[in-house]
Amino acid sequence: MFKSVKTGLGLVCVLAVTAGCSSTDTDDSANQQVVTPPPVVEDTTATETAVPLDNVVYFDFDQSLLKPSTRELLIKHADRMRGAAGTVRLEGHADELGTREYNLALGERRANAVRDFLVLQGVNAANLEVISYGEERPAQEGSSESARAMNRRVVIN
Amino acid sequence: MMKKTVSLMFAALLGCVLAVSAHAQLVVEIDDGNDNPTPVAVVPFEWSGSGVLAEDVSSIISADLRRSGLIAPVPRDDMLSFPKTPEQVSFRDWRMLGTEYVVTGRMQPQANGYLLSFDLVNIFGQRKMFTKQVTGGANQLRDIAHRAADEIFEAITGIRGAFGTQMVYVQETQRGGQPSYALMLSDIDGARARQIRRFSAPVMSPSWSPNGQEVAYVSFETGRPAIFRENLRTGARQQLTNFKGLNSSPTFSPDGSKLAMVLSKDGNPEIYVLDLATGRFTRMTRHFSIDTEPNWMPDGKSLVFTSDRGGKPQIYQLTLATGQVDRLTFDGDYNARPRVSPDGKTLVMVHRSRGVFTIATMDIVSGRMRVLTETRLDESPSIAPNGAMLMYATKRGNKGILAAVSLDAGVKYSLPSQQGNVREPAWSPYFD
Repeated sequence: MFKSVKTGLGLVCVLAVTAGCSSTDTDDSANQQVVTPPPVVEDTTATETAVPLDNVVYFDFDQSLLKPSTRELLIKHADRMRGAAGTVRLEGHADELGTREYNLALGERRANAVRDFLVLQGVNAANLEVISYGEERPAQEGSSESARAMNRRVVIN
Repeated sequence: MMKKTVSLMFAALLGCVLAVSAHAQLVVEIDDGNDNPTPVAVVPFEWSGSGVLAEDVSSIISADLRRSGLIAPVPRDDMLSFPKTPEQVSFRDWRMLGTEYVVTGRMQPQANGYLLSFDLVNIFGQRKMFTKQVTGGANQLRDIAHRAADEIFEAITGIRGAFGTQMVYVQETQRGGQPSYALMLSDIDGARARQIRRFSAPVMSPSWSPNGQEVAYVSFETGRPAIFRENLRTGARQQLTNFKGLNSSPTFSPDGSKLAMVLSKDGNPEIYVLDLATGRFTRMTRHFSIDTEPNWMPDGKSLVFTSDRGGKPQIYQLTLATGQVDRLTFDGDYNARPRVSPDGKTLVMVHRSRGVFTIATMDIVSGRMRVLTETRLDESPSIAPNGAMLMYATKRGNKGILAAVSLDAGVKYSLPSQQGNVREPAWSPYFD
C-alpha cells in the first residue's frame, strides 16, 4: 500500500511540474514526501486534483466511530467532493478477528459512518456508493496487531 | 445373510462434470483420538480382476474409520494372516492381537465398474455380523470404499457413517501476484478436490441445498456482493440478489424451498427469507443493529442468527410465525455464526474466550457451553449430517487450513492444503 502511495505522489510531482500548477494542500499520510512548488502559472482546473489526500481511514477493533484525525481528513475530502461529478466508492474493511459474515456487516457499518459524515459536510449522498469487503481483502497479510490495524479501514475511491 | 447393493450414480455424475485438480488436495493429519477406540482389522481385499486396482480400497476404509476417532484400525504389518472370507478368519489369532472386529472383502470386475462383497466378523462373539455388497463405476473405487466404511462404522458404533459425504470450501491462491479465489468441492477426507468455479474477486459463505445438488454462495464478481445458486451436476448458475448494500449469508431451509439471507438495502443488515418458487422476499428482522448469519432450526420453524443488538455479537432465535426474538447465548462477549445440530439440540458457534476465537457448542435447553477447539482464529463451523463431527477453518502459521473436531471434543484432525489458503468448509448433506 505504501508503495502505491509513493508512486502516486511521484506521478503527481510530474503532473504538477508539467501542468505548472501550485497547491497548498498538505498530505497527512505517514509518508512525508516534499512536493516542491513549481513556478506559478495559474491553472485552477488542475489544482483541485493536484495533491492527493490520504484515501484510507482507520478504525479501532469492532468499532465504526470516526477518530478526530479521520474527521479532519474527511472534511478535506468533502471540500473536494462538493460539486464534483462522478461517484465515489467507500470500501469498508475489517480485520481477521471475528466471523466473516459479521465482519462484512462491520465493514459496511464503517463505510456508512464515513458516508454519513461526508453527507453532513454537504456531499451529495447520491454520489457516494458504499461497498463492504469485510475481511476478504486485507491490505496487509498476517496476524500482528499492526497488520490488523491496517486492515480495519475504509478506502475512499 | 443380509445383502445390500448401493448405487453410486449421483457421485458418478458429479465426477463427470467437474475436472479433478491434482494439486489441490487436502491431507489428513490426526491430532487427537478417542481414549478407547475399538480395534478393527480391515484385511486387504481380494481382487479377482486383471492388473492392479487404482486405489487400495481396504486402506481407504481403514483411514475413514480411523478419522472417526472411535475405531483404531489394526496396522497391516501386525496382521498374522489375510483371510479373504469369514470362514478363513482364525478367531484365536485375532483375539490374541486384541482385535474386536475383522473386515474381509472381495473385489470383482463387472460391466463398467466394480462389485465389492465385504463381511464384518465379530471376533469375541465368534460370529459373522453381515455380508454386504457395493457396486460402483470405473472411477468410483473411493466411493465404494466410503460406502463400505459407512456400513461397518454404523454396525460397530450405532452411528450412521458420513464417510461418503463431501464438502465445499473456498481456496485462495496467488496467480500472477493477484489473489485468485476458487470454490472447491472435495470428498470429506479432502481427496478428489476439484474446482467448481474460479473467481478474480472474493467468494464466500458457501451453503448446500438439503438435497445435495446445489450450493448457494456470495460472490463479488459484479463489483459488489451478490448471492448466487449453482447446480453442481449441470453447472447451471443463477444470480438471486443484486440489492444495494450487503447480500450475504445464504442458507437453505431444511425443505429446500427457501433461502434465508442478509440484505442491508433498508439501511442496515436485516434477515430476509426468499421463497425460491415465487421469488418473493420477506423481511424477518427489524432492528438498527447488525443482524446476520441466519441458520435454520431442523423443523424449519425458526432461525438462529447473530446480532449485536445487546451491544456485542450474541446468538438469537427468531420464531418465524410470530416474529418473536429470544436471546440464546449469555456466556462470553462474542458468540457468532451459529449452526444447529441435525437433532436440533445443540448449537455450534464461534466463541471468544479470553481473547481467543474458538469453536464452542451449547446445549440449547440448558444453555451449557463447551469449548471444543484450542487452535487459533477458529471460524466457520459446519456440522456433519450425522451430528458426530464438525469441520471448521483455522490458521496454522499464517496459512488458512481446515480442521475437524467431534462434537464431544474427543477427536481432532486437520486438513492442511498443499496449495494456498483454504477456509469456509461446508459439510454436505447425505446424498440419499
